[in-house]
Amino acid sequence: MAAEMEPPPLGDAGQTDFREIEDGEGFFVSTVTILESPEPSSPDPPSMPAEGISTNGPKQEDISLDDDPEDLFAEATEEVSLDSPEREPILSDGPSPAITPVTPTAMLTPRMGLGTAEMFERSLDELEEDESGDTFDMHIAVSDPEKVGDGMNAYMGYKVTTKTSMTIFSKNETTVRRRFSDFLGLHSKLASRYLHIGYIVPPAPEKSIVGMTKVKVGKEDLSSAEFVEKRRSALERYLMRTVKHPILLKDPDVMMFLESSELPRAVSTQALSGAGILRMVNKAADAVNKMTIKMNESDAWFEEKHQQFENLDLQLRKLHASVECLVCHRKELSVNTASFAKSAAMLGNSEDHTALSRALSQLAEVEEKIDQLHQDQAYADFYLFSELLGDYVRLITAVKGVFDHRMKTWSKWQDTQLLLQKKREAESKLQFANKPDKLQQAQDEIKELEGKVQQGEKDFELISKTIRKEVSRFEKERVKDFKVVIIKYLESLVQTQQQLIKYWEAFLPEAKAIA
Amino acid sequence: MLFDRPRAVNVDLQTDATLQVDISDALSERDKVKFTVHTKSTLPNFKQNEFSVVRQHEEFIWLHDSFVENEEYAGYIIPPAPPRPDFDASREKLQKLGEGEGSMTKEEFTKMKQELEAEYLAIFKKTVAMHEVFLCRVAAHPVLRKDMNFHVFLEYNQDLSVRGKNKREKMEDFFKNVVKSADGVLVAGVKDVDDFFEHEKTFLLEYHNRVKDASSKSDRMIRSHKSAADDINRIASTLYTLGTQDSTDVCKFFLKVSELFEKTRKIEARVAADEDLKLADLLKYYLRESQAAKDLLYRRGRALVDYENANKALDKARAKNKDVLQAETSQQVCCQKFEKISESAKQELIDFKTRRVAAFRKNLVELAELELKHAKGNLQLLQSCVGVLKGDT
Repeated sequence: MAAEMEPPPLGDAGQTDFREIEDGEGFFVSTVTILESPEPSSPDPPSMPAEGISTNGPKQEDISLDDDPEDLFAEATEEVSLDSPEREPILSDGPSPAITPVTPTAMLTPRMGLGTAEMFERSLDELEEDESGDTFDMHIAVSDPEKVGDGMNAYMGYKVTTKTSMTIFSKNETTVRRRFSDFLGLHSKLASRYLHIGYIVPPAPEKSIVGMTKVKVGKEDLSSAEFVEKRRSALERYLMRTVKHPILLKDPDVMMFLESSELPRAVSTQALSGAGILRMVNKAADAVNKMTIKMNESDAWFEEKHQQFENLDLQLRKLHASVECLVCHRKELSVNTASFAKSAAMLGNSEDHTALSRALSQLAEVEEKIDQLHQDQAYADFYLFSELLGDYVRLITAVKGVFDHRMKTWSKWQDTQLLLQKKREAESKLQFANKPDKLQQAQDEIKELEGKVQQGEKDFELISKTIRKEVSRFEKERVKDFKVVIIKYLESLVQTQQQLIKYWEAFLPEAKAIA
Repeated sequence: MLFDRPRAVNVDLQTDATLQVDISDALSERDKVKFTVHTKSTLPNFKQNEFSVVRQHEEFIWLHDSFVENEEYAGYIIPPAPPRPDFDASREKLQKLGEGEGSMTKEEFTKMKQELEAEYLAIFKKTVAMHEVFLCRVAAHPVLRKDMNFHVFLEYNQDLSVRGKNKREKMEDFFKNVVKSADGVLVAGVKDVDDFFEHEKTFLLEYHNRVKDASSKSDRMIRSHKSAADDINRIASTLYTLGTQDSTDVCKFFLKVSELFEKTRKIEARVAADEDLKLADLLKYYLRESQAAKDLLYRRGRALVDYENANKALDKARAKNKDVLQAETSQQVCCQKFEKISESAKQELIDFKTRRVAAFRKNLVELAELELKHAKGNLQLLQSCVGVLKGDT
């Protein structure tokens, strides 16, 4: 059931007031819009400084209600590719480290989700320009995870909202409901269509049997809520990456995925289905083939790039592992700080010197606040840093896959050439034998093979050319992604330190007051 | 091995010109630490005004035990003995590092070695501080400072030939402690007439337990902090490698952030170390001192029970008119003992509170100040890096 939204006419003044939309989803969507539009200097209420925004939950809501929605939205389209430096300060108010742990009943953190999306979209798409000249203007949000059904057949449904002004889409704003296997199905189609000709198709988020089983079984605890949020965020990033690819964006399956209300169930994505097993067999065969193909690399560029990606892969995996360690230890630190805080409070209670007792209670309070700070920072560590690294580790696997396909294409071409040669030798032999039928057959086959060889060479050149373009685009994206995320991450660290300073500054006079 | 002398951390003591004691140097050998105890005194008992001797941990323990066993000091809080120097964990880590040398890059190895050495040094400084605090407490105590054994400890420049307890003696100690704690329970059950002591008994029992809990929780918290700092170290190394490998624009980012993390992780390690010093050590010290205070209360309680028993015995003797004189003397001895302990105990417990409050105040203030200093340092590094990186995009 796709909610049919009355798309706010862009750039028109005095139009639909979002707040009037009754539908619950509608309200949600409208706040999405408002939040996503850049909040540049002009209509910005002075109450929203770029820095110092901690938990953005309530605050963002304020902004949406206070600001003039029309004005902001108008600017959304016009300023998309402009004013990148002005945009920068806003990045810091995106997803605060405070991803509030989802309460089991709520099952989602809409603010957070949007924040994460914004973080990618607003900055990444500013400078992106499609070859056709149509500026890339697209925002996809994945939200509202809802459990559908019960027991082992239950699944998680997600709302996918697309907002765009691009002409290739029939509507400016669409909302559909999708489930995880739909995403996998989409990826599977795109991969089968584009990977072997050299396009780097962004990989879909990974399956998790453990995670999903917990959700299916109805375990409504913190870890399953975290799992759902992690998946939701990953699905959003996956879609955004896919549509950022100029070729993939125009693929009919992508459009259908984003726009059509019903989608045929993608059964072949199940792990233990026939298709799944076939996939596994193919993967194994591929691995064996890779080892046996010995390619004469005539193009030094490919050799160099291949090596570079190998190195990058190695280091990113290492970094990812270290960051995951950090997330784990920070969570541990948060727990231990909380436990110490309780202990300090108890100690304060039993201390019979009044001033010291009070100071110890204050210390306990400070430590309690700090434990929350550590928890928030751990979330930032994860959602900003760790997930980016994980995404890129998987992306690089796709890149390596594309290089492998080129090798396979070359190999196929070479094999065809060899076959042709053999056939020619056989034909020349047949010239001297007196078998006119066989001779004709051989000559026909040779003609056919000559055509195939030509095609093979063309294929190889095409895939080489495509890969060069793709790699250049990929590298540009990578540089942007990392730059943006690194700055955001550092800003989260800045925020943490600022909070720490606040807390300890408040405590110091209490400690000094002990007499 | 020279280092800058740490001042007595956990105790705010009035240093007195008549007797000043400190540990001016310490040497760490294979399995023992040799402390150079330095004394400055104007007291006539000593042959010189200033002198030094070398002492080992066992000799500190001998001195402490001699105080505990001395009946004359039953009414005082005996300064808790310093814990045994424990470098095992640190040594093990260094050894593991040596074994794993082949599996890491030269830079990583040097970095880790430096860290472990710094850790070793920190533990070393701590153990010196704790031994020094013990001596300073004794020197500041109006009665204990006059103790003969203490003077021998300070002045006698030969080995005191105090061997560590052998197995049998350790077993005896163990049983003595069991008996003592059982007795302690009995004695504690006796309700005290004196409100002050009754209150102190209840207070100390609860306080001791809570300090124990707080001490172990703070240790755990600080350990997590150290782990996180180590992770940042590894992240910095990998970012550096990424930066040197990368041919695109983003390599500058990697290198800058790597440099930043190297610095911030040093600060994080300092934060953990300072928390250890100002918070964890403080709690550990007061865990030991509160135990010493409990021991004092136990001794007083014991004396009270003995006194009451002596009273009962005297009444019985008078009733039977048998061995009355003996009972009377015995009763008087018990009475004197009890009253002597009670008198000094009261003052000791009041002093304990004063010392405790002062120490907590000093350390909590210093803790807050250090946390602020480090957070501001971190903030400045982070903000400047963000500024540079933003300017670059």
